[in-house]
Amino acid sequence: MSGPEVGSRHELERGAFPAFLASLERHGYSVVGPTVRDQAIVYGEIHRVEDLPIGWTDRPGAGSYRIERRADAALFGYNVGPHSWKRYLYPAHERLWTAERDASSFTVRPEPTDGPALALLGVRACELAAIQVQDRVFLGGAPDPGYRARRQRLLRIAVQCGQAAATCFCVSMGTGPGVAPAAADLALTELIRPERHYFLVEVGTPEGARVLEGVPLRPAAVETERAAEALVAATASSMGRTMDTSGIRDLLVLQPEHPRWEVVARRCLSCTNCTLACPTCFCSTTEEVPTLSGERVERWRRWDSCFTLGFTELHSGSARRSTASRYRQWLTHKLATWHDQFGSSGCVGCGRCITWCPVGIDLTEEVAAIRATGPPATPEAPR
Amino acid sequence: MPPEPARRDDDLPLAPHPYRVLEAGPETADTTTLALAPVTGEATRAFAPGQFNMLYAFGIGEVAISISGEPARRDRLVHTVRAVGKVSTALAAARPGQVLGVRGPYGSGWPLAGADGGDVVVMAGGVGMAPLRPLVYELYAHRERYERVEVIYGSRSPKDLLYYPELQRWRRRTDTRVQVTVDSAGRDWYGDVGVVTTRLPDARFDPARTTAFLCGPEIMMRLSAQALADRGVAPTSIFLSMERNMKCAIAQCGHCQFGPDFLCREGPVLSYAHLKPFLATREL
Amino acid sequence: MTALPGPRAVLGALPFLEGFPREFVEALTPLAHERSYEVDTTIVREGAPADAFFLLVSGKVALEVVAHDRPRRTIETIGPGEVLGWSWLVPPYRWRLDARAVKPTRLVAIEGAGLRALLDRQPAEGYRFLLRLLPVVAERLENTRVQLLDLHAP
Repeated sequence: MSGPEVGSRHELERGAFPAFLASLERHGYSVVGPTVRDQAIVYGEIHRVEDLPIGWTDRPGAGSYRIERRADAALFGYNVGPHSWKRYLYPAHERLWTAERDASSFTVRPEPTDGPALALLGVRACELAAIQVQDRVFLGGAPDPGYRARRQRLLRIAVQCGQAAATCFCVSMGTGPGVAPAAADLALTELIRPERHYFLVEVGTPEGARVLEGVPLRPAAVETERAAEALVAATASSMGRTMDTSGIRDLLVLQPEHPRWEVVARRCLSCTNCTLACPTCFCSTTEEVPTLSGERVERWRRWDSCFTLGFTELHSGSARRSTASRYRQWLTHKLATWHDQFGSSGCVGCGRCITWCPVGIDLTEEVAAIRATGPPATPEAPR
Repeated sequence: MPPEPARRDDDLPLAPHPYRVLEAGPETADTTTLALAPVTGEATRAFAPGQFNMLYAFGIGEVAISISGEPARRDRLVHTVRAVGKVSTALAAARPGQVLGVRGPYGSGWPLAGADGGDVVVMAGGVGMAPLRPLVYELYAHRERYERVEVIYGSRSPKDLLYYPELQRWRRRTDTRVQVTVDSAGRDWYGDVGVVTTRLPDARFDPARTTAFLCGPEIMMRLSAQALADRGVAPTSIFLSMERNMKCAIAQCGHCQFGPDFLCREGPVLSYAHLKPFLATREL
Repeated sequence: MTALPGPRAVLGALPFLEGFPREFVEALTPLAHERSYEVDTTIVREGAPADAFFLLVSGKVALEVVAHDRPRRTIETIGPGEVLGWSWLVPPYRWRLDARAVKPTRLVAIEGAGLRALLDRQPAEGYRFLLRLLPVVAERLENTRVQLLDLHAP
């Protein structure tokens, strides 16, 4: 039996969703997706439909987050929570290699890169973009072996956003809300009518087609496709926030002494939450963990943050001692110098940094404040 | 020449390769010069003057150290290590026979090609001479390509000068002018005392056809680059070797960012024309 | 070897006096004397009356700080064409440092009191003279600040 063709569109009934999950497992995937835990919608293992946040939605704001009951029984009726998918591709704490010392030398053993093939269920358009951003970091130069292996066996099942949160601005960043054809292995649109709860399924890749083998599907009706398009269009027009990104690279790079950096630093706690919640922040540090005997050592990599004092530590001290300099580094890197380094913005407009900032610092507001005073007279930006 | 190394960097870009210490000699009170070779008997990897390696002390950690040896020699890798942190202290304490880890080389080298046919000014401060020594070797290997060569070297005191016997040999050459100055000295020092920029007026070069290579503390490089530019050297012909915290050396850990650049990849050597606005930014 | 040039020629060749009118240099000539020092001889001593303005013609001079509880340190060396000090201009006209020849050194000494009187009498030239001297003081101060940073400290 073969699955549907790449590019084809189908309807999947809500009642058949367990069959879809079963098919993913049958094809060798461990499914991770949204689930309610500790009053938040986080990512975790999904074994049954009931693991999904059925009938829940989220209400993120600047420095606030609540989940609430929906009027319906939507499976994907929320936006984004505190987790991002980077934890599965780029774990927060990862052993890179192990070395053992013998009489004359030492031998490095690579960390095995095998592991379960993961199906990410419920990837939003901004999150797909975030994975692409991290691909450029970890696969663009010297590929990271672990990341590469996990990425190669990854199945991305996108779900179109049927609503926008108050902190959403993917439209400004050009990353959503619509999932482009072939941007994911599968793209689902959840449609809820009084009489019917079903999904439009778009097949993006051959692997996406393969995992649909044996799943009860019906060819997509024109009305279904139109309803899905209308839903995404409605989401696009209800973004909670906007950011004017025109000329943003020079806007920030040319204004390292803008007084706004000091203003935001009065609120910023340097807590690193924004960098940990961000789906693209990739900074890390290394840890050398020897055994007590000293014959064996493990090299670990751990998420780090440019907001820590030690991040720029040299023997002469830290290069960025003030909070203003650290916030400036983060925002300028994210929105401006990322373009120099990777050919795109480092921001996908998901709004997590706004939500999970304990004091509600909003980067869209910071950019607007810097823009409000206009760029400096010098037209030539250093590159 | 020993066989070319069989690399497995593609499989494990962050893993050090075991190198045995052939020689370890004190350079100054807090620096040691190490000569290393792969335990496999393979050749060392080719490097460009100005590049660095990540050196690894087993069980302690890794640190970025510039390469200080002759680029032409593939039987030994030479590093001068200043003991300032726990890793560099362990590296500086390494003895012959001991095995250390090496990965690299990384980063941009000194762009010597553009210096052909003109004068060359080398300005070093303290341990900043370490990444400049391979450049001087390279200048001497092709001395006919360059006109005047001016070396200005400043350190804290006479006993903190790296490669002192070699400096004396360079001084004796008729095709090079070496000026050494220290921040302060006792009565036994008959050389110059003062910051490196005070030696610049005595250096003879044609600013319009000069390429300058600088390494030292950031303030020293900024002031020296400014002085060279004031004298008429094009900022595009003045090169600085920058330093920031480094963990991965492959543009993945984010630590060494300086403005738009990863100093491990675009740097450490960058032109003054490029760096000037970022050098002027505080706490960048 | 040819005979040493006269004081006026020596004065006229000093970069410090470049651009001053011939009459001014003429007026300085009777106040100027050439002096030579062997290596390791003291040129001025801290606390001694600063009775002359020294301009180096050749050689090298080390400026030394003497703190009696520690070895004396050279904090700066000056070379040909450079100014040795300004204590002759600043009351109470006493040297603040020791100066020692570290190479065979030749310099021009201009009597301090006479020079001050000359600058008083010719305020326009006196002002130009100070404009020539102040950048030297400023540069040494800036260099001292950089040294104070102790950039190469362990």
